[in-house]
Amino acid sequence: MDAIRTVELTKYYRTSHGTARGIEKVSLSVEQGEFCGFIGPNGAGKSTTIRTLLGLIHPTGGSAQVLGLDIETEKEKILARTGYLPSEAMFYPGMRVRDLLKLSADLRKKDCKREADALCERLQLDTARKVEELSFGNRKKVAIVCALQHEPELLILDEPTSGLDPLMQREFFEILQERNKRGTTVFLSSHILSEVQHNCTRAAIIREGRIIACDSVEALSRTSAKRVTLRGWISHGSLDGVKDLQETQDGCSFLYSGDMKALLAVLAAGEVRDLSISEPDLEEIFLNYYEEGQR
Amino acid sequence: MTLTKHELRQGRNSFAIWTAAIAVLLVICLLVFPEMKGEMESIGHLFAAMGSFAAAFGMDRLDFGSLTGFYAIECENVVGLGGAFFAALIGSSILSKEEQNGTAEFLLTHPVSRTRVVTEKLAALLLQIVVLNLIVFLTALFSICAIGEAIPWKELLLMHAACFLAQVELAAVCFGISSFLRRGGFGIGLGTTTVLYFLNLIANMSEKLNFFKYITPFGYCEGADILRNGRLNPTMLAIGLLFAGVGVAAAYLNYCRKDL
Repeated sequence: MDAIRTVELTKYYRTSHGTARGIEKVSLSVEQGEFCGFIGPNGAGKSTTIRTLLGLIHPTGGSAQVLGLDIETEKEKILARTGYLPSEAMFYPGMRVRDLLKLSADLRKKDCKREADALCERLQLDTARKVEELSFGNRKKVAIVCALQHEPELLILDEPTSGLDPLMQREFFEILQERNKRGTTVFLSSHILSEVQHNCTRAAIIREGRIIACDSVEALSRTSAKRVTLRGWISHGSLDGVKDLQETQDGCSFLYSGDMKALLAVLAAGEVRDLSISEPDLEEIFLNYYEEGQR
Repeated sequence: MTLTKHELRQGRNSFAIWTAAIAVLLVICLLVFPEMKGEMESIGHLFAAMGSFAAAFGMDRLDFGSLTGFYAIECENVVGLGGAFFAALIGSSILSKEEQNGTAEFLLTHPVSRTRVVTEKLAALLLQIVVLNLIVFLTALFSICAIGEAIPWKELLLMHAACFLAQVELAAVCFGISSFLRRGGFGIGLGTTTVLYFLNLIANMSEKLNFFKYITPFGYCEGADILRNGRLNPTMLAIGLLFAGVGVAAAYLNYCRKDL
């Protein structure tokens, strides 16, 4: 059974000018026990997809099942078995962290104290503090504990690491990996490619409301290029796989999807004063996908 | 009842302030009564000179020298208007504040149906109104005893019941409106109450506009009419209950299907 299965899921929003596209004919399946990434830039439809799956918004068309349950008619059963981490966690003012965690557990009619304590300790979260005194990162930690404390079968995470420092990000992904090994399905929405590459086994890419690729992370990474930026001079004419070449006053920048050894040889032969090789941003990867699709 | 308890905890400060304010004003009004009672003659002349302004508040039809007459004007305005503002303010914000403060996502990604959310919030709203009215009613009883007057049970119960029902009606109507809002219900709550209060004043001043009394809950709260008839106007009450029913039904229908 799939943990998440959508068939041509569509959402159009009503606006003052008519309708605006949220997502269009999104067909996606995430197997149980899978660690699946969901990549796309802001406004691509990631949150719309997630909010539709969780019943916060109603689909305009298509259908979806979560844990084998229909999102329209069995919403409460889905939510009882799901943990959700929003991109921006907002809580009730005046409440202490421990009261908020208790409220979340009470709404689920579960005693989650033991798990909550363990998670708070690992994430170094002070439960005596009031939520409005917390930094963005600490509010995120509260949201993480709320999402995980009832040990759900499915975790839906919407840009989970924004606001967390690198050490906390590492701890957080360790927790997720542990949960995943115990059978929890993780559906991770992010626009940080490395996050998905390091943790997910499969990923779907969404752009302008449509799924444009869905494959194993390995396969997706192979098709993605690197952004090479350098100061100095190289003979890039002999390199295959150079795209989006931009010459600057004292160097150049280009997308490279060819053989890495060939690139290193060209760099070594040139006069390079400064060099950075980074992952391209998602727009560049999408460009890459579209170009491949057009070919 | 988790959500109801949570709602009551969230609103406890506002509830305490409103209840204390209404109760204290009521006590002050009643403590002033013995002094006013002795100056009735001059006050009577003053009201006569006020013309339609006195009529607006029903002062032309009441004996200001009796406790019930005094209570119908001074105290019922404090309880009626104060309670109505409180009911309208919490009614108009109790649903919309979740979206305004961004907490709707937190709440509705827990396994609670929207019907349950509306029901528990409505329960919290009504509970606050009930408790506020009980405290205010008990305060009135103690204050009347303290100034050495006999308690006019029937009149007092009728006037307080009218105020309570008006608050329930206003809260229910604002609750319905709240389900359509994404932010800032306070202005609508304040505005609705103020407009409805003035509609009653206008209805008191003009025979032609007397039908306004059937629209505003302050119509059946009018102390002068309650004392004269010895009962609440059943037609106005029925219309009020209908408005309240429409408000609650709108809240359920809209909140359960809206995108959050």
